[in-house]
Amino acid sequence: MNKILEVKNLSKYFDDFTAVKNVDFDVEEGGFFSILGSSGCGKTTLLRIIAGFQQESEGDVIIHGQSMKGIPPEKRPVNIVFQNLALFPMMNVRENIAFGLKRQKLKKAVINSKINEMLERVGLHGYENKKVTDLSGGQRQRVAIARSLVMNPSILLLDEPLGALDRKLREHMKVELKLLQKEIGTTFIYITHDQSEALVMSDKVAVMHNGQFEQIDTPRNLYKNPKTSFVAGFVGDTNRFELQSVAGDSFITKGGWKLQQPVLNSTATELYIRPEALILNPANHLNDIEKFDVTIKTVLFDGSNTKLSTTVSESTEELLISLPQNAQFDGITEGSQLKVGIHHDDLKCF
Amino acid sequence: MKNSNKNSFNSTFYLLIVPVLIWLIFMIVIPHIELLISSFQVEDDSGDLVYSFNNYIEFFSQKIYWLTFVKTATYSIAVTFLAFVVAFPIAFYITKIASKNNAGFLILLLVIPLWVGELVTVYGWIVLLGDHGVINHFMMSIGIINEPINMLYTDFSMVIGLLYMSVLFMVIPIMSTLESLDDSLIEAACDLGASKWDIFTKIIIPYSMPGIASGSIIVFMLVIGDYLAPNLLGGKNSLWFTEQIYNNFLTTFNWNEGAAFGFLLLMLSSGIIWLALKLSGQNLDKVGS
Repeated sequence: MNKILEVKNLSKYFDDFTAVKNVDFDVEEGGFFSILGSSGCGKTTLLRIIAGFQQESEGDVIIHGQSMKGIPPEKRPVNIVFQNLALFPMMNVRENIAFGLKRQKLKKAVINSKINEMLERVGLHGYENKKVTDLSGGQRQRVAIARSLVMNPSILLLDEPLGALDRKLREHMKVELKLLQKEIGTTFIYITHDQSEALVMSDKVAVMHNGQFEQIDTPRNLYKNPKTSFVAGFVGDTNRFELQSVAGDSFITKGGWKLQQPVLNSTATELYIRPEALILNPANHLNDIEKFDVTIKTVLFDGSNTKLSTTVSESTEELLISLPQNAQFDGITEGSQLKVGIHHDDLKCF
Repeated sequence: MKNSNKNSFNSTFYLLIVPVLIWLIFMIVIPHIELLISSFQVEDDSGDLVYSFNNYIEFFSQKIYWLTFVKTATYSIAVTFLAFVVAFPIAFYITKIASKNNAGFLILLLVIPLWVGELVTVYGWIVLLGDHGVINHFMMSIGIINEPINMLYTDFSMVIGLLYMSVLFMVIPIMSTLESLDDSLIEAACDLGASKWDIFTKIIIPYSMPGIASGSIIVFMLVIGDYLAPNLLGGKNSLWFTEQIYNNFLTTFNWNEGAAFGFLLLMLSSGIIWLALKLSGQNLDKVGS
């Protein structure tokens, strides 16, 4: 695969504040690359630097092997879908999509055929003469994406475009966006604070924290093998424990929970356990498993996402456990004891 | 219970609407009807008032009247356009470029001339533009010109005066629309390959059209109905239609003809505004909001 975008040691300083610090990554052609981070982590600044709206303080942005230094946004082979979409309110759907093509001084027939093709693609056929202010949130979304895609950019940058939609529509647009990207094959760089959006849609996700990339990986790896404690805590639901002491093959958490495990990292201070990594009533013959008792505090019923809130026996540590999606534990009651196990591999220490 | 609620609502409603109605009826509707009636009256030989179209016929038969009328209209349109040309960069600078603190100061600077009243600012311009005024004196002292340029009591000085008193009323509505213009619209246009000129003509101007339209209406109304600036700054040939009305009422005491002229001016300004709204694709609802 070709590298379409290379970001080399990029930094951006504001007066007394570093927004982006030594960010270095490549994006492959045709990929769906997400940058995941909480608000204020510098992800929007990074995107704006790639688009050319802001100047990097150090480092370089290279697209198609060509440095973008000093190239203004209108000359870069990238287009951006803004957070608030930035549709032109005084124009209708067709005029919005035609805006960029008209700037290229294309022939009217060419423009029209491109617009019709794009409208068909995003499912807005028949809406071309509607005012953008009369459209629903999802439709406005599609107009914004169509307006950028019709320019046939090398890279499409998306700045939390689903942020303004309600949850149902967001779930729907997530799938739609992924399918659209697969279909047209344009490289997408998508920034979001919503981990589910990043995990569902992306080929590669970069987790950004305090202006730096913590980890760049596939969604599955990010979830299964977080490299830093921030990633472990940020991506997905998890139980976090502070370690008190690590001695030989065992360690004790601050709440007094004693675990036996071959510790890889003796300087570890934190332990992360995924709620779904826990095995209820583990069979006795299983090896490499930490076994312990918990007392059930409450059942947090949430359909297929139901969890148990428990206390680990002989400690004050609280542990969230995902309940398997079958009827086996329907009769579980608060206050009862339960045997729980966990693979040593699933104890993530940092 | 329900009934009393409804009653109290009704009484509050009437309490609020009555002052407005009194104002509208006694200050606007009745005087206009009175004027309209008197515009169709003339004194006959014995001094009695009789109904007639003579006041209007007089207007069309005297060249000086309708020439002034046409000149007033064209100059008002020109001044409105000039006000837009001057006001737009100011409004854009204050809303989009200046910092918050500076913006407040700049708005204050724009408003200050209004505090002293039009008469004083007009005399200010007389001081500036006169043959021995500040501008001529300055230009002669640095040697750009040898003889004073005649600026005062010309159409030029009149237009300057009209522009000066009206430009603020163009700046404010344009500012209020530009304030709601999200910077990301400009960035989006830029991203889609638009040049600065494209962004200005295709995004910023169309977006601020409601503000431009309402500013234009206000400025046009102020200018076409102004009396001081044309009278004090304009020359002998700078006749303004309000001066004809003034003459009718206070010089020749022909109130009936004055009323007719007043109505003609009202029709003219309403007609031009209606036409301008039609041509620019705006409507009063949008412009008013």
